[in-house]
Amino acid sequence: MFKNWTVLAVPVISVLLGLLAGALIMLVSGNNPTAGYMALWNGAFGDSFYTGETLRQMTPYVFAGLAVAFAFRTGLFNIGVEGQLLVGWLASVWVGLAFELPKIIHLPLAILAGAAAGAAWGFIPGFLKARLRVHEVIVTIMMNYTALHITNHFIRDVISDGADATDPVRETASLQSAFLQSITDFSSLHNGIYLAVIAAIIMWFMLEKTTLGYELRAVGYNQHASEYAGMNVNRNIVLSMVISGAFAGIGGAMQGLGTFGNMFINSGFSGIGFDGIAVALLGGNTAIGVVLAALLFGALKVGSLNMPIESGVPNELVEIVIALIIFFVASSYMITWLLGRLKKKEAK
Amino acid sequence: MEKRKLGFAMSMVLAAGTILGACGGGGEEADNTGGGSGSGESDKFTVGMVTDVGGVDDKSFNQSAWEGLQAFGEENNLEKGPDGFDYIQSKSDADYKTNLNTAVRNGFDLTYGIGYKLKPAIEEVAKQRTDSQFAIVDDVVEGLDNVTSITFKEHEGSFLVGVVAGLQTKTDKVGFIGGIESALIDKFAGGFEAGVKAVNPDADVVIEFAGAFDKADKGQQMASAMYSSGADIIYHAAGGTGNGVFSEAKSLKQKDPSKEIWVIGVDRDQAEEGKVTVDGKEYNVTLTSMVKRVDLAVQDVATKAQNGEFPGGEVTEYGLEADGVSISPTQDNLTEESKAAVQEWTDKIKNGEVEVPTVPSGK
Repeated sequence: MFKNWTVLAVPVISVLLGLLAGALIMLVSGNNPTAGYMALWNGAFGDSFYTGETLRQMTPYVFAGLAVAFAFRTGLFNIGVEGQLLVGWLASVWVGLAFELPKIIHLPLAILAGAAAGAAWGFIPGFLKARLRVHEVIVTIMMNYTALHITNHFIRDVISDGADATDPVRETASLQSAFLQSITDFSSLHNGIYLAVIAAIIMWFMLEKTTLGYELRAVGYNQHASEYAGMNVNRNIVLSMVISGAFAGIGGAMQGLGTFGNMFINSGFSGIGFDGIAVALLGGNTAIGVVLAALLFGALKVGSLNMPIESGVPNELVEIVIALIIFFVASSYMITWLLGRLKKKEAK
Repeated sequence: MEKRKLGFAMSMVLAAGTILGACGGGGEEADNTGGGSGSGESDKFTVGMVTDVGGVDDKSFNQSAWEGLQAFGEENNLEKGPDGFDYIQSKSDADYKTNLNTAVRNGFDLTYGIGYKLKPAIEEVAKQRTDSQFAIVDDVVEGLDNVTSITFKEHEGSFLVGVVAGLQTKTDKVGFIGGIESALIDKFAGGFEAGVKAVNPDADVVIEFAGAFDKADKGQQMASAMYSSGADIIYHAAGGTGNGVFSEAKSLKQKDPSKEIWVIGVDRDQAEEGKVTVDGKEYNVTLTSMVKRVDLAVQDVATKAQNGEFPGGEVTEYGLEADGVSISPTQDNLTEESKAAVQEWTDKIKNGEVEVPTVPSGK
């Protein structure tokens, strides 16, 4: 009972401490914290438009967070979510452009293409880890760069003729929803938000309720014990990276088919994959935790855009708050220790 | 014992933070509401701008546009802020639509989108918010009455700095470093090349692209390769990437002050970026700059819109005539010959004697 309670307490306290420290920094730098956070709130949930934008921003975060969390539960550090997301984005846009099909086939096909591309990008580090014991962190980091430059090349020289963005995907492959836009006053919220929720449920079910999930988690806890128990550790490592990559790839498809409706030359990383690591960490690598953490990150990112104009607080400050939240989660030992002290005092 | 003290100290810090936070909030809130209520019913003409990912201090066109807005604000006694003139910075490509909508919601009478990257977002938002007026800088939005497009004849300005480069190169080899290869950057490259060839047909013009506008390290590497291959003047049209070209030129100058290497700046007068001091002596590696007066254009369109003459659905192209593009006012490093040649070619372009190409010769 106590253990469950701290699992929830650490992220919540970390967020509060992060916000508090942010307020202190605002104060020291001569800004008004109340006005700053009011502007942040208004910019994230102030009216239906901003709520829509927050949910839109949250969608790829959910997928990126699930991807990191899934691999982590099998004891793997997938730093390559960013790259898997980029190739998934490209593949989904490509399928969305290249085929002329009815929507009921075209849209799922485009999303699956994104998943497949992400999975393929996750397969390589998984395979190298399983066969040759090459550390997945090194391989995935390198493959981020490979993905960035390969996708840029494809956009410029293969899909388009020297342009720096692809054409918009066909209507039949688009996730954009007139209904969601109308209820959120023309925000760019799209149907991907439903998929994000479904994906979280799938991840929870797969990990907690299936034999496969049990094996994956067992490998995460102790590879040698799992092997001794007769599980195929190598197969599970590859599988975990493939599924993780597929989640990331669908996250890319959300950008390609929903938010932007195309893909353009990226001069650097979108950052969503890396933020996914933070989302997973804050969410305690659980499905529900990832969804909540993604909502928080979406709200912080979208709300921060409103801060300078409404309150004069620079929006870089939100980056500091995010960094502090991560810091406090990472140093969760400190918080559990403090909680333990309090508990002891009460007992006295 | 030690630990307990630490815990106590931490909780004190946090408690102090909470109390201070509450105090600070209360004090300034009054001012805010005071300012806000007064301006709600004002009939001032307000303008806002949304930057691209470069940010408002990019030392390039975002900054220049902001300078234009500030000048407009000063002229009309507006204050910086939501009730006068203000900017909203984008941190990623996903932010453009959100920020444009924020500007509309804030009630700006005219909203600028700075840079061609905002084109799709402006098109979409303008269709949804038909009551608001928009302007896009550096690209063209067609068929919408509430959007006006501002473009520049960069090829004309680039031609002039090309003339300077062609006359002042000692090695007969000059370089061009572009940001991302696109129709826009081709205008810079094409004009520059034509300018060099017009006065120095034997000179070699090397054209390369960095693939990014914000990678100073890449710019530095490319500049290093170009200088060591014998080019002595590099013209960059690469935003933040170009800052790397300046770093490289300055560090070469520092190693050997007798070396004659130059950078040609872009968008703003970049003489400031080229200053370098070696052994107490000042040098400047900036030969000249191709100045693109985004500020003048932004101010001009704002003034028109304020007077009810918003050029909706039209494209205004600012060239040499209206001083939309020109060579920089800092001309310390130009020879008399170059100055005369620039004047001569300016006249030729203005009276239509010379047609400057908008793409490099290879295309």
